[in-house]
Amino acid sequence: MALVLTEEQSMLRDSARGLISDKAPVSHLRHLRDSKDETGFSRDLWKAFAEMGFSGLLVPENFGGSGLGYVEAGVVMEEIGRTLMPSPFLSTAVLAASALSRGGSEAQKSAHLPKIADGSLLAALAIDEGTKHRPLQTKLQAVRSGNGFKLNGAKALVVDGHTADLLIVAGRTGGAPGERNGLTLFLVDPKSKGVAIERTVMVDAHNAARIEFSNVEVNADQVLGEVDQGGALLDGLLNIGRGAVASEMVGLSEEVFGRTVTYLKERKQFGKLIGEFQALQHRAAQLYIDIEITRAAVLKALQTLDGDFDHAGAAVAVAKARAGTTATLAVQEGVQMHGGMGMTDQFDIGFFMKRARVCQESFGDSNYHADQLARMKNY
Amino acid sequence: MSDLETFRRETRAWLEANCPPEMRRPMTSENDTYWGGRNAKFSSEPQRVWFERMRDKGWTVPDWPKEYGGGGLSPAEHKVLREEMAAMGARAPLSSFGIWMLGPALLKYGTEAQKQEHLPKIAAGLIRWCQGYSEPNAGSDLASLQTRAESDGDDYIINGQKIWTSYANYADWIFCLVRTDPTAKKHDGISFILFDMASKGVSTKPILLISGYSPFCETFFDNVRVPKSNVVGQVNRGWDVAKYLLQHERAMISGTGERGIGRPLGQVAADSVGSDDSGRLDDAILRSQIAAFDIDEAAFAAVAERAVDLAKAGQSHPAFSSAMKYYGTELNKRRHEILMSAGGIDALEWESERSRGGARPRAWLRTKANSIEGGTSEVMLGIVAKRILDLPGA
Repeated sequence: MALVLTEEQSMLRDSARGLISDKAPVSHLRHLRDSKDETGFSRDLWKAFAEMGFSGLLVPENFGGSGLGYVEAGVVMEEIGRTLMPSPFLSTAVLAASALSRGGSEAQKSAHLPKIADGSLLAALAIDEGTKHRPLQTKLQAVRSGNGFKLNGAKALVVDGHTADLLIVAGRTGGAPGERNGLTLFLVDPKSKGVAIERTVMVDAHNAARIEFSNVEVNADQVLGEVDQGGALLDGLLNIGRGAVASEMVGLSEEVFGRTVTYLKERKQFGKLIGEFQALQHRAAQLYIDIEITRAAVLKALQTLDGDFDHAGAAVAVAKARAGTTATLAVQEGVQMHGGMGMTDQFDIGFFMKRARVCQESFGDSNYHADQLARMKNY
Repeated sequence: MSDLETFRRETRAWLEANCPPEMRRPMTSENDTYWGGRNAKFSSEPQRVWFERMRDKGWTVPDWPKEYGGGGLSPAEHKVLREEMAAMGARAPLSSFGIWMLGPALLKYGTEAQKQEHLPKIAAGLIRWCQGYSEPNAGSDLASLQTRAESDGDDYIINGQKIWTSYANYADWIFCLVRTDPTAKKHDGISFILFDMASKGVSTKPILLISGYSPFCETFFDNVRVPKSNVVGQVNRGWDVAKYLLQHERAMISGTGERGIGRPLGQVAADSVGSDDSGRLDDAILRSQIAAFDIDEAAFAAVAERAVDLAKAGQSHPAFSSAMKYYGTELNKRRHEILMSAGGIDALEWESERSRGGARPRAWLRTKANSIEGGTSEVMLGIVAKRILDLPGA
C-alpha cells in the first residue's frame, strides 16, 4: 500500500479541517478555559461531529457507523491537533468504539455502539494508576462476588472521565502487578454506588479525571472480553490510542511549525527579517525534516494497524516515540523563536506546548516506547 | 489476482530460482560490490552469475526503458522488485554512478544519440563512470568551478583540476562540469560534458583518507580534446543538468548504510557488551542510544518509502532529496558511532586478521564523509530553508 493518503482520505481530511478550523480554532479552547466551562468541550460541536459521521467513524456499519479504519481516525485526530479542539473524539469515537467492537459481546455492541455513532453516548477509558503509563502494573482489584465482581482501586488521567456515560476500566482479576495474565476489562456505569469522580483541571485545559472505586459492584455481563485474558485486548486498544495521539501530535507540530515559520518571515531585528539568520534557518529546516519523517512513521503505524493489527506493536512504538520527541522539539522551538511573545498567554503558542506535554504522557512517553522497542528487539 | 500480485509472485519465484545463496548475505567488504567497467573482475563465481542473470532481464536498471537495456518496469512493479529483493537480502547485481546519477540525467536531458550510445553500456556494466564536479576551490560553492573548456572547431579543449572524484582511477568515462563562458554569471557559464578517461591529457592521483583507503582522487585535465557533441543539454545550461543529477546523487547517498539488513544493532552490541540478568544490554546508556537510533531509523525507512510514493503521486517537492540526504547521512554516522562504542577495545584494531583488517573502524571513519560529499549537511539545510520553507535571503 502506498504511504500516502488515498483520495477518499484526503477528502475526509478536508472536511474535518473545514469544520474544525471554522468552529473550533484555538480561541475556542481559550474561551472554554477562561470561562471555566463545566463540560470543558462543546456538546453542540460534538453533535456536529456526529452529523458529519465522525463519532461513528470506527463503528461498524451494522451498528450505525461508517466502519472506517485507523488511518481515517488519525486523519481526524491530526486536524484536532491543529487547533487543540477539546473533544470526546479520542475517548469515545476512537477508544470506546474500538474497545466495544473488538472486545464486546453482541449485546454490549448493540447497547452502546449505535449510541456512540449517533453522538448520544460518551465514554472514557480508565487504565493508568501510577505516575507513569505502566499498563501491566494495574493494581485495581476485581474480586469475585456473587454473580459478578467488586472493584476497589483508583485511576488517573481518565480522559473525559468527568462527562462519561460509560467507563471502560482495567482491573486485576488474577496475577500480580507486572503480569499480563489476570487483567480484565469492565464496562462500568459511572453512576454506580462507590464511584467517586474528581475532575482534574489540567495544564493543557483539556479534560480528565481521577476516579476512585470503592466496593463497586459489577455483574458478569459487564465484563468486556474474557476474564483474566484482557491483556491482549488492552494491548490493542492502547496501540490504537497511541496511533491516534501520535496523529494529534503530528497536526500539533505542523501547526506550531507553520506559525513559527510565518513569524520568521515577519519579525525584524537588526534591520533584517529574523528568518534571514542562518542559525534560525537551519533549526527551522531540521524541524521541518523531523516533522516529515514523523508524519511518515505515524502513517506507517496507522496503516499497519489497519492491515496487520496483531503485528503493529513495533510500528506503533516507533510512531508514538517519534511523535513525542518531534512535538516536544516543535513547541520548544516555537516558543524560543517567538521570543518574549512566545512566553505570553495572549499568544497561542503556549497552548500547543501545554498540549504536547499531555500528549507525550498519554499512553506512554517517548522513553517508554523506546524501551518497549528495545525489548521487542531483544536487547 | 491483480496484475501486480501476479508480478510479485512471479518475481519472487524468479529471484528464488536465480539469486545464488552467496548473493543473499550482507556485504562485508568492498570486494562484494560489483562496479562493472572495461577492467572489471568478478570477485566470485556467484557474483558473476547473479550479475549476468539480472543484466539479461534488464534488472540492473529495472525502471529504464527496454530499448536502452532496462527492464521497462512501471514504478509500482519496480517497488515490488525492490521489496522482494530486500525480503531475501539480495544484493544489488551492479553498483554504478552511471545507474544512480548519469542515467537519470541522460534520460531527461540527453539527445537520442547520447542515450543510445551510453545507456545500454551502463545497463550492461560495460562502462564505469565517475563524476567530475568538485574542485579545490569549488566545494560547497560548486558553481564557482573554474575548469575551462575552450572552443576549437568541433571540439573543446579542457584544462583544469577536479577533486574528490570517486574511483576516478578505475573509471572509463567521466561526466564533468566545465566553464564554457567565463564572462557569464557563475551559474550561467557552465556546461555538462562527457568524455573518455583514456583521452590524452587526463591523469588521476588517489587521495589517502583517514580510513586508510583511497576512494577519491585528484583528477587533472591538460589540453584534453572532447567533441562538442558530448555536451549534455544546452551549452552554458549545464547547471540545470548538474542540479537534477545532484538530486539523484543525494537520494543515493541518503540510502547509504545497510538499513534493516542483518543482525539488529542492539544484538550486535549485546554480542560484545553482554546482557544483564533480565536480558537487557549491559550498558544502559548505550541501550538508550540504540533504541533512539532504531526509532529514527525505522521512521526514516518510512519516509524513504513515502518519498517514492509521493513522487509517484506527483506530490513531492524537488528539493526533498536534500532533506533525505541530510537525515540519512547523519543517521548513518550515528549507526557507526554506536558500532564503535559497542565494539569497544576490539573495534580499535586496524590491521589484524580477527578485525578483518580493521573493517569496523575504517567503515566508521568512511561515514564521516557522508555528510560532506554530495553537498554538506549545512548546504542541505540551507536548500531546505530556501527552497521548501521559502525563508528570506538564504
